[in-house]
Amino acid sequence: MAFFERLRAGLDKTRKNFTDKIAALVSGSAAINEDFYEELEALLVMADVGVNTTGKLIEAIRAAVKRREVTEPDQVLPFLRAYVSERLGEGVARTKISGTPTVILVVGVNGVGKTTTIGKLGHYYSLLGYKVMFAAADTFRAAAADQLAIWGERAKATVVRQAEGSDPAAVVFDALQSAKAKQADILFIDTAGRLQNKANLMEELRKIHRVIKREIPDAPHETLLVLDATTGQNALNQAKVFQEVADVSGVVLTKLDGTAKGGIVVAIKEEIGIPVKWIGVGEGVMDFRPFEPEEFVKALFDKE
Amino acid sequence: MAFDSLSDRLQSVFQKLRGRGKLSEADVNEALREVRLALLEADVNFKVVKDFINRVKEKAVGDEVLASLTPAQHVIKIVHDELTELMGGTQSKLMVASKPPTVIMLVGLQGAGKTTTAGKLGALLKKQNKRPLMVAGDIYRPAAIQQLQVLGQQLDIPVFTMGDKVSPVEIAQSAIAEAVRTGRDTVIIDTAGRLHINEVLMDELKAVKATVKPHEILLVVDAMTGQDAVAVAEAFHRELGIDGLIVTKLDGDARGGAALSVKAVTGRPIKFVGMGEKLDALEPFHPDRMASRILGMGDMLTLIEKAQAAFDAGKAEELERKLRKDEFTLEQFLEQLQQIKKLGSLESILGMLPGMGQLKKLQDVKIDEKEMAHVEAIIQSMTKEERRNPSILNGSRRKRIAQGSGTRVQDVNRLLKQFEESRKMMKKMKDLQKLTKKGGFKLPF
Repeated sequence: MAFFERLRAGLDKTRKNFTDKIAALVSGSAAINEDFYEELEALLVMADVGVNTTGKLIEAIRAAVKRREVTEPDQVLPFLRAYVSERLGEGVARTKISGTPTVILVVGVNGVGKTTTIGKLGHYYSLLGYKVMFAAADTFRAAAADQLAIWGERAKATVVRQAEGSDPAAVVFDALQSAKAKQADILFIDTAGRLQNKANLMEELRKIHRVIKREIPDAPHETLLVLDATTGQNALNQAKVFQEVADVSGVVLTKLDGTAKGGIVVAIKEEIGIPVKWIGVGEGVMDFRPFEPEEFVKALFDKE
Repeated sequence: MAFDSLSDRLQSVFQKLRGRGKLSEADVNEALREVRLALLEADVNFKVVKDFINRVKEKAVGDEVLASLTPAQHVIKIVHDELTELMGGTQSKLMVASKPPTVIMLVGLQGAGKTTTAGKLGALLKKQNKRPLMVAGDIYRPAAIQQLQVLGQQLDIPVFTMGDKVSPVEIAQSAIAEAVRTGRDTVIIDTAGRLHINEVLMDELKAVKATVKPHEILLVVDAMTGQDAVAVAEAFHRELGIDGLIVTKLDGDARGGAALSVKAVTGRPIKFVGMGEKLDALEPFHPDRMASRILGMGDMLTLIEKAQAAFDAGKAEELERKLRKDEFTLEQFLEQLQQIKKLGSLESILGMLPGMGQLKKLQDVKIDEKEMAHVEAIIQSMTKEERRNPSILNGSRRKRIAQGSGTRVQDVNRLLKQFEESRKMMKKMKDLQKLTKKGGFKLPF
């Protein structure tokens, strides 16, 4: 089970931080009283789960206590684990690679790791034997296309690009034609980072989405929103707005190898309903994993 | 609601308090509970919030406040003062070395915006007649060096690089020598993004620090960072001893709690904030103004400064005269729109006005380049009389104008509405000017 080992290795910091505290909390409490809930709330909020979702989780525990399903402090953790992983697990489906080409649009705010994510995923699909193509539709940031080109070399993917400052929708159009002509299996579209409250940039994204749909009616087959695990509650706004504009089908949660606790995943699933599909745990080409709710939550909450 | 801004949230809390003649201790507690939630939802660190609330509570339940005739204002003022204090009291400037070059090193997590910030900082310094040299010290991220080089070209600032095969320590050292040789007075060192728990890479930064002895080590923090901001800032500070912070992406709708927390845990000031994608969008950080903005009291000082920088003084005087006489017409509106464009987006301007945070209709007053052309056409299709006195614009006149300008009647209507909004905005500015002339900037309640 090398995969789980590595998932654990990547999540080690995350888990240690979070569960040590919960374990300390549980062992230090004689009873499930208001102090206990208050401490639990503090821990969940500090894991970026968010006030709202934390409230819901605490309510769920209170209800379970009332039903006498949970009676001792040390039963709280297993209950929470089961509860959260069940909710995270809904709607997680793998990307189907079918038709030529399968179009995967990658969106997100600035600096979350879109290009790096594409590099890693592209490399992964290349290894599986698919013909992979990248579209450098970030024509705004200086040297963004160069960055993607370097990843293209690593991933053995053809990169379609134009000059900096050109219309990103035109790059996408080009890439779609090229992918069809060259019979690529998967086309990843890298877009410029954009803050979700920038109306003009969101319109630009809407246009990109429209162009894709026009050229290949059932595309994009997947729209991945890349989220930085260190992001706080703003990730909810991001998910909400990007979903409205580009019909996001899944989240890639990056930078989970830091001390950021990744609790935002729970909030996003609870409040927006978008499932997490991949997680990023480092800068290396292999440093990403499919999101496995059970394993993720287990790694997150387990006392070892 | 989770998506309300902190300022909206606090305003509704204080609205409740304002309605009260007298406050009991329970009232204050209730309000502070809301403040606590709002701050937590804004990603202010849990522990920082706890301390903050305790401090405010101590001051707010004192006899003086409860006996005051306007207790709500008292509480708001305490929150405002504490918030300002939390963010660092007064504005903090960059250090300048007595013997040039001044060496500035930018550090932070991946994706915080270090390279972009290096460019922006270079642009800012150049504007102040400094001669910066930017140093490409990120040898890990693909194309990071190219990115800085492109920025250097755009800004006409030299970029020092030794490629990605030389250690950052050596690069930094050679860069200082280069700066001395070419007479550059400020050196901005860009470094690779790294996790604060990556010992190897943190050691690398320590080595750079030991070698070039930077005058300023600035930690670049993303405004959207959650609770972890504190752990990151603490670790960088412990390992490197940072001198200040730059908070990026504040032009987003993140409530920016990270900005509140980092100062509190490191004791180091926020020196600049990134406010946009353009290279001139780096601003000095003013804690008091930021506190006002968060509380929805507007950021008039920044607006006035921006206006002063962008407006032609003569024209401004003329406008003021006309405003006073209430002669603000569509013709001036057109001129204004063009001037306002220089100030930045209309949304950001409105965000600085007191009470405007609650205005959800901001969509209506959004302007873009194309629309500007339409506006121009519409106004130019009006008669002089119509421009002076838009109230005479009845249905048939509007239809004629729409036809004349190649737009639709709705467009004409929308423009007139924008004009009205704009008039109101100008009025607000005028009132404020009176206020400041009267002496002292007072809280608007």
